[in-house]
Order: sequence, then C-alpha cells, then structure tokens
Amino acid sequence: MIPGAEHIIEITYIIAAALFILSLKWLSSPATARRGVWAGEAGMLLAIIGTLLYQGIVEYKWIAIALVLGAIIGVPLGNVAMTAVPQRTALSHAFGALCVTLVGTAEFYLRAPNIPPFMMSVLSLEVILGGLTITGSLMAAGKLQEILPQRPITYKGQNIVNLGMLAVAIGIAVYLVHDPSAMQLYPFMVGIALIFGVMLIIPIGGADMPTVISLLNSYAGLSAAAMGFVLNSKLLIVAGALDGASGFILSVNMSKAMNRSFTNVLFGAFGQVQATAAGAEAEARSVRSATPEEAAAILSAANKVVIVPGYGMAVAQAQHKVRELYDALTKRGVDVKFGIHPVAGRMPGHMNVLLAEADIPYDKLLDMDEVNADMPQTDVALVIGANDVTNPAARSDTTSPIYGMPILDVDKAHTVMVIKRSMNPGFAGIDNPLYYLDNNLMLFGDAKAFVGSIVRELSGGASHG
Amino acid sequence: MNKADLINSVYVFMLAAFIGFEVIRRVSPLLHTPLMSLTNALDAIAVVGAIILAGEHKSTLAAVLGTIAIVAATSNIVGGFIITDRMLKMFKSSRTQKP
Repeated sequence: MIPGAEHIIEITYIIAAALFILSLKWLSSPATARRGVWAGEAGMLLAIIGTLLYQGIVEYKWIAIALVLGAIIGVPLGNVAMTAVPQRTALSHAFGALCVTLVGTAEFYLRAPNIPPFMMSVLSLEVILGGLTITGSLMAAGKLQEILPQRPITYKGQNIVNLGMLAVAIGIAVYLVHDPSAMQLYPFMVGIALIFGVMLIIPIGGADMPTVISLLNSYAGLSAAAMGFVLNSKLLIVAGALDGASGFILSVNMSKAMNRSFTNVLFGAFGQVQATAAGAEAEARSVRSATPEEAAAILSAANKVVIVPGYGMAVAQAQHKVRELYDALTKRGVDVKFGIHPVAGRMPGHMNVLLAEADIPYDKLLDMDEVNADMPQTDVALVIGANDVTNPAARSDTTSPIYGMPILDVDKAHTVMVIKRSMNPGFAGIDNPLYYLDNNLMLFGDAKAFVGSIVRELSGGASHG
Repeated sequence: MNKADLINSVYVFMLAAFIGFEVIRRVSPLLHTPLMSLTNALDAIAVVGAIILAGEHKSTLAAVLGTIAIVAATSNIVGGFIITDRMLKMFKSSRTQKP
C-alpha cells in the first residue's frame, strides 16, 4: 500500500482537469490543435493511473481485461473513413452514455434504499439522460449508416406520446427521490428512457442530423456531469460540463444555421420538414445550361472563384476531383476559395474535414459570413451538391418554408454555376429560384464526372483518363 | 455526500461550464468535427468511476456492470483520440504545403 495514495489520486485528477481545459483551448486553431490532443491523452492517462492506485480496488484482473478489450474495439472505431465520421461519432455517444448509465445503475443497487434525495435526483438525471442518449445515438448511427430508413417517420400525436413517456420517466424519478426503497420501479425508469431515445429520433431525417448529433453530444456530457455529482468526482463534473457546453454551443449553432428556434430543438420537435411548397409555382421558367467546355472557359477567365460544396459532393465522392479543379485553377492564377455553410455535411464541420482530407489548405475554407462579404466581388460561384443553403427564397420569400435560414449569397456573384443531376428539388422539396436567374448556369450531370470533365478541359483536353 | 461537498460540486460545475463556453466559443468552425470527437474522448473519463466499481467488487452486479462500462468508455478514449489526431493531421495551411 502506498502511503498517501489518496492525495496522489487527487493531485492526478486536478492535473488531468487542467490538461482537459488546455486541450480544448489548444483546439481553437489548427496550428495548435494537435497539441490539444496530446494534452487530452496525457490527462486521461494520468487520471487512469491515479485511479488504479485507489486502495479500495481488490481485483485487477477484470479491469485489465476490460481495458484491453475496450482498446481492441476502439482502434478500428478510430480508423473509419472520413465520410463515416458522423456515424462513428453517434456510436461513441452511445458508448459514453452506456458507461454512464451502467455505473449509475450499479450505484443505485449498491446504495438503495439509503439514498438521500439530492443524490437520487442527480442519479435519475444521469440514467434518464444516459438511457435516451444510448438508444437515440444508436438510432442516429443507424440512419447515418443507412441501415435504418433515413426518411422521417411521423404519426399523429407524436409529440404528445413522446412528452408523455418523458413525463412518466420523470414521475418515477420523483417517486424514487421520495422513496428510494421502491426499487422495483427503477428498471421501468431506465426502460422508458431507452424507448424514449428511439421515439425521439424516429421523426428525424438525414439533413437534420447535424443538430441531432450535437444535441446528443450535449446530453452525453450532462449525464457524465450528473455521474460526477453521484460519485462526488470533481474531475468527472469538469469533463462532463465541458462536453455538455460544447454540445450545447454546437446545437445552438446548428439550429441557428437551420433557422429553427432553440426550444424547438430542445424538446425534440424538430425534423418536421414542411414539404409543402414544392411545385407551387410550376410555371415554365427557362433555365440556361452549359457544357464542361463552356464552364471551363468561364472559370479560367475568372479572377475570383468561390466553390460551394454540399453533402451531394461527399455522396458523389467528388472531393478529390474538386481538389484537381482547385489545383488547375490556382495554377492559372485564379483565386479559389471554398464557402462552407454550417450545416453542410452530416455533422458540424464535416465538410471541412472532407476537404482537408482531399488536401485543400484550410485557409481556403471560409465560413458563411466571410464568404458572403466577398460574394459581390466574386466572378464565379460554383455550387457542387448543395441546394437549400443557396436558395435566395430564404432571404426574400416570406412564404418559403426555409424563410429566414441564413444562406450563402451565391446569387450575388457575377456568374453562378450549379452542378446538379436534374431539376428535381432538394431534400426539403423546395424549388430554388436561383436556377432561373439570368446570371445562373446549370451544369447537368454527376458531380464527380462533371468536375472531372472541367479539369480535363482546363488542362488542354490532352490527358484523357 | 454532505452539504459542503454538494455546494463545492455545484461551484465546480458552474465554473467548468463557464470555462467550457468561453473556450469552446473560440474554436474555429473549421474544427467542429474534431472538437466533437475530442470532447467525446475526454467525456470517457467516466472510466474512472467504472474502474472503481469493477475493482471494489462490492457486489457481483456492480462488478459486472462496471467491467462492461470500462469496455465502453475505453473504446471511446482510444477511438476518440485516434480519429481526432487523424483529422487534425489533415488540416494543412497553404503556406506550409509544398506546391
């Protein structure tokens, strides 16, 4: 037995908490971000070693086996393709919440029926948030991986059923706070939370995933903080609060970028895309289209080009062709930048990761405000696989379902070119008036093939292949 | 947990939440995906609670649940740090990049 082990443990925890805060601080800029990962790893290692010194531990065998097994599962999960990062993230929220819920459950059965009211309140919060995050995140991962149907499933009275279930779970929690000896009720509380998680994600479509993942991230953090209260562990409270704050900030960002009110998001009443406006104005308006040769000629004559990528680009796996286009244009002295909408992709920042993977320098990736300020001085805006985030109706047409959503003002560029398979409207079923503007050219075709054709034209058409 | 512990914990939570907001607000939107995978890995510090449960062996149920919880949290720690580092390695500035 090491004398003073308790003090050593406390010291490792304090250092670990400081390292976690530094870790997130260093993440603020790409230049220092990797240092942030090292700080996080060091803090984690220190805290685990410190915990292993704890004198109450009588059995190390299963701890060792579990640590090794977890590492074996973790390595492949850390090496998934970049397009699969959203579902990996959702899965890891489920694992994190599973850990918290299992620990909470074990603590309940160890302590019941002698649980003080405050303890029982935070324990209930821990397992209800944890439970709904487990199944909710698994559902989200299933939808993102396309194992489950991505189409939102809605039925009448959905919100009432969902809120009713949540109310029953909270009701049981309140009863247990008053009378922790009613242990037979505990499994129902956790069970309802697990079912609630499924019901919460059923009505949500693929395009709403950025908000949902952020929200589940926040829930996972808050449940871990609640666990910190139960175990009286300051380190856990700090880590949970940081994670909860991060998820909260990202959720607010995402809901702002989709123009949904935050209460709407908090109560899970999102995902109800109003698919009404499609074809309301089915008048035969003309669109102009262009060939790859014409598009290449316009692009090479430009001084400033902004490329606006959407999830369609990632689906078509066109990011490496886009990189070739970037190279070809940059070689000709064209200034090429990328305009990234906050909800482009399937989770916050996903598009930046996909473009960085294709070796596009991060200082060329601009967020919405930066790029919109530049738009009137831009010669060509090239939209690849994005639709609703470029729809000018969001600015002007008060009857549009996406009215008020902040958009990339591509219509303010001298020329807009949109690569699109056909004139079919986007996921929300909303017609895009951008396509009928005089300064817009449609480039019909598959994103990857079309960008490839432009690149061939730019390089003199010599290198076919 | 006595009253003093409780009040201390509430203070810690409040301060950590404020620090979290201030620090995370400054994270560039460029890095929001790595931010989420990193906070996810850090959140798996819950493993310390699971280790104590599994190690103390106060009841079979607690030990079994604790052991499963260690597996779940460790997979997040290992996977989360690996993927965050892989993503951050890809972010290169045009100044440092070779032509």
